[in-house]
Amino acid sequence: MKVNTPKRSICYILLVGLIGVYSQNAWSDIQPYNMPEGVTEISHKVFDLHMIIFYICCVIGVLVFGAMAVTILRDRKSKGVTPAKFHESTFLEFLWTAVPFAILIGIAIPAAKVLIEMEDVSDADMTIKVTGYQWLWRYEYIDHDIDFYSVLKTSRDEIYNRTEKNENYLLEVDNELVLPTNRKVRILLTSNDVLHAWWVPDLALKKDAIPGYINQMWTEINEPGIYRGQCAELCGRDHGFMPVVVRAIPPEEFDAWAMQQNNKTVAKSGGSDTSLQQGNENVANAKETIAPSKQDQKNIAAAIEPQAITNQ
Amino acid sequence: MSTTTADEHHDDHHPSGIMRWITTTNHKDIGTLYLWFSFIMFFIGGFMALIIRSELFQPGMQFVDPQFFNSMTTMHAIIMIFGVVMPAFTGLANWLIPLMIGGTDMALPRMNNWSFWILPFAFAMMLSTLFMDGGGPAGGWTLYPPLSLQTGDALPFVIFSIHFMGMSSIMGAINVVATILNMRAPGMTLMRMPLFVWTWLITAYLLIAVMPVLAGGVTMLLTDKFFDTSFFNAAGGGDPVLFQHIFWFFGHPEVYILILPSFGVISSIIPTFARKPLFGYSSMVYATASIAFLSFIVWAHHMFTVGMPLAGELFFMFATMLIAVPTGVKVFNWICTMWRGAMTFETPMLFAIAFIILFTIGGFSGLMLAITPADFQYHDTYFVVAHFHYVLVPGSIFAIIAAVYYWLPKWTGHMYSEFWGKTHFWLSTIFVNITFFPMHFVGLAGMPRRIPDYALQFSDYNQMATIGAFGFGFAQLIFLGLVIATIRGGAKATDRVWEGAQGLEWTLSSPPPYHSFTTPPNVDNEWNWFTRTVNDEAIKTRS
Amino acid sequence: MKTSTKLFGVALAMFGFGYALVPLYDMLCDITGFNGSSDNITQAQEVAEYVADESRTVTIEFVTNMNQNMPWDFKPEKAKMRVHPGKPYQVSFFVNNKTDRSIIGQAVPKVAPNTATNHLIKTECFCFTNQLLEAGQSMEMPVVFVINPALPEHIKTVTLSYTYFDVSSTASSNSINNI
Repeated sequence: MKVNTPKRSICYILLVGLIGVYSQNAWSDIQPYNMPEGVTEISHKVFDLHMIIFYICCVIGVLVFGAMAVTILRDRKSKGVTPAKFHESTFLEFLWTAVPFAILIGIAIPAAKVLIEMEDVSDADMTIKVTGYQWLWRYEYIDHDIDFYSVLKTSRDEIYNRTEKNENYLLEVDNELVLPTNRKVRILLTSNDVLHAWWVPDLALKKDAIPGYINQMWTEINEPGIYRGQCAELCGRDHGFMPVVVRAIPPEEFDAWAMQQNNKTVAKSGGSDTSLQQGNENVANAKETIAPSKQDQKNIAAAIEPQAITNQ
Repeated sequence: MSTTTADEHHDDHHPSGIMRWITTTNHKDIGTLYLWFSFIMFFIGGFMALIIRSELFQPGMQFVDPQFFNSMTTMHAIIMIFGVVMPAFTGLANWLIPLMIGGTDMALPRMNNWSFWILPFAFAMMLSTLFMDGGGPAGGWTLYPPLSLQTGDALPFVIFSIHFMGMSSIMGAINVVATILNMRAPGMTLMRMPLFVWTWLITAYLLIAVMPVLAGGVTMLLTDKFFDTSFFNAAGGGDPVLFQHIFWFFGHPEVYILILPSFGVISSIIPTFARKPLFGYSSMVYATASIAFLSFIVWAHHMFTVGMPLAGELFFMFATMLIAVPTGVKVFNWICTMWRGAMTFETPMLFAIAFIILFTIGGFSGLMLAITPADFQYHDTYFVVAHFHYVLVPGSIFAIIAAVYYWLPKWTGHMYSEFWGKTHFWLSTIFVNITFFPMHFVGLAGMPRRIPDYALQFSDYNQMATIGAFGFGFAQLIFLGLVIATIRGGAKATDRVWEGAQGLEWTLSSPPPYHSFTTPPNVDNEWNWFTRTVNDEAIKTRS
Repeated sequence: MKTSTKLFGVALAMFGFGYALVPLYDMLCDITGFNGSSDNITQAQEVAEYVADESRTVTIEFVTNMNQNMPWDFKPEKAKMRVHPGKPYQVSFFVNNKTDRSIIGQAVPKVAPNTATNHLIKTECFCFTNQLLEAGQSMEMPVVFVINPALPEHIKTVTLSYTYFDVSSTASSNSINNI
């Protein structure tokens, strides 16, 4: 034991030191490294669930690892102990089956409650259809006749390290999804080509977009602001380059915005890519920045970096 | 039986040189082949991981194309799962099961040869796809359609190589079951078998049950792509989500295929170095069996976000949480085995202790992931990456390394260097945590998995993970050197090797004779079933 | 050896089971509406027995999508309708092939929420067959539907979504491609 201790403590100090150096570095940044509490009632509940189960794990961890530490420090051959002979106990086995089971039930009940609430999409004030494309999003406001694409705005120069990266690197788009606060918004999800997943951590919303299928979820944002997320289902080459940005504004402002958009949009909902192209300047923008779904493999490879065609 | 007679056996019947290895039907030779194969694949897969980590060292694209990055994550996973962990456990099973149950060899030696030699071809085919038109598979190891159907020329090769891997492991599994059920020495009843044998028996059944389902699933992908079937295409009445159900019906039991034999290894090592019988032997067996059973009814927790009905989400959440119970039982039993023992901390014990601690951390994050509403936030983020690397690297891989340290003196007849073993242990343990612990944080903060580039706020922890990954990778070179050095020489190992070692394998010479127990040991005599210890007097009188 | 033969049998059976999951899954979906697949034509007689519930109004939304490479214009006559359960309604969809080649399309209907799937009955729908559209051709396609009065009370909005797939390469123009 005497031989072991200094070695161990050196390693320990090294580990703690390394983590310390890094976390100091990290904590100085803006982002705290935990799940965001978010800005909806649901996201707060999800956050609370996350923290509750995290604390439960911590308590169990302290007990389990504490017991291990005790036995590792105490029951050493080098201390001249004689090993005990016991090797079973029905009581203990029962205890450590029953107690975790009870704890699990304690967790399951609130979790089920939140889940039921999340799935209750009824009584929505408005509906938005989100379509995933390789590699951009399309937003259609079913009740307002608004329809546009939303594409990564970060420049290739930033991605390929030719200029400095801005604060919202990879989390910025040309057309944000504008949503009203304090209204229940129903979101329909589908995809044009492969699986995508639409995710905004602050809204605790994540669901897959599946071609030919339709999924639904809902949100009601409490605070105006800009909330950023990303595609969360591997969807091909530029999966990392199709962010989601939601701008939440007060309902009155939203109504004004919707009016203005309505006047601007020439193409009505339900058109395919090309019909939209004429009326919606976003599309031209979209096709320029990132390859749309129609393109073949070669063009896909050219999407972000034209010279990096590897697939031919 | 003595070593000399064994060597004569060897010289009499077996070709030497490369032909010995190609034509061998001996369980020890095949076990060695499996272990070396897995070790080589470990470095190939690890190299891919370092490519991934290099690209992620900083935000921005530096080294590789995003498509190639995706193909690295895909290949890294396939290689580590099918090429490293599964063959390593099959190798351990080949080496150890006949020794542990007092048999001569595996039940089906020729098939054993086949099931190994399929593997190098399967992986050569898999790796060759990297040089094909359209690159290697880049749709993730889960091969979700429709994305996987966009793969170029590589797709049929990937699918066929998965078929071959599947055949190999099914044959291996059938061999294990046949061996355990038929080759046990008299007196070696099922409830007397070492836990490694038990966990492998259950794993083998899982393999036989689910590998064919994967084979069926990928065959459907193949026909969808080339023969106009519509299993996963909505236009023809199919459903892409169906593939996910089929895949995870295989995939979740697969997760336990990757971890159950580790439980067996740890259950062998802890009692040895605690010098105390394993606590709760029968509850360990029942816990393993219930984990295996539960693994068939929880698959959809991998796909909570596909939009399941509420009832489905609730069912899969509750069933998944239940798995924590038998897993907890195992951890508690291990701790109780250590409790009031007389422990020493040789390298295998160190790895086993690290396994228990770090696997438990992986279990905690697993429990968090089981909570459906929270899973919506965790799903497909680095939190998941952290979780499964915690259960696979300091879980399965540490258990494999612990097993190698534990049985290497038995296999080679030489002791390894404790100094280098402990160095390897401390470097691995420190770096594995530096690599994977920060991934919890970036995942919670919102970094999706499988992305080649990330937003600026994730930089610090990604940098840390990359440094850890390189450290961990280089630490494994120590292990390679140590294994080679031990094979080539070193202090002579005793038959018992470890003071507290219990089990039939320790009653044979180190290295054991080419054919294990040519006369079955009298298990009733030699084994104290109550304390699960060997009766030394009886072994001395064995002729 | 007997054990191994049996085990090979098990492996083979499990391969079959993988395939059996396909019809099993379809069955489950049909019964529960699990994946929103709304393909079944309910017996006309059964529909005729529905009693219109004028006291209840349900909003039905029509959503149209194009799968990749499908160069058609496709839209509903109106984005939403307010309907009474038990009463049949007709709505038209317009489709236009803007290209200079003929294309066969197959529309795939889905319903959200999936608990409503089996309560939205289409007695006439262009999705029961596929459509051949010559270059530049347009078509008006009616859908006749009725909502089963048994639709759970809490559902107030139902979305009916159609996605058009280009099936020119696989379908012959006359084949009825309903599942």
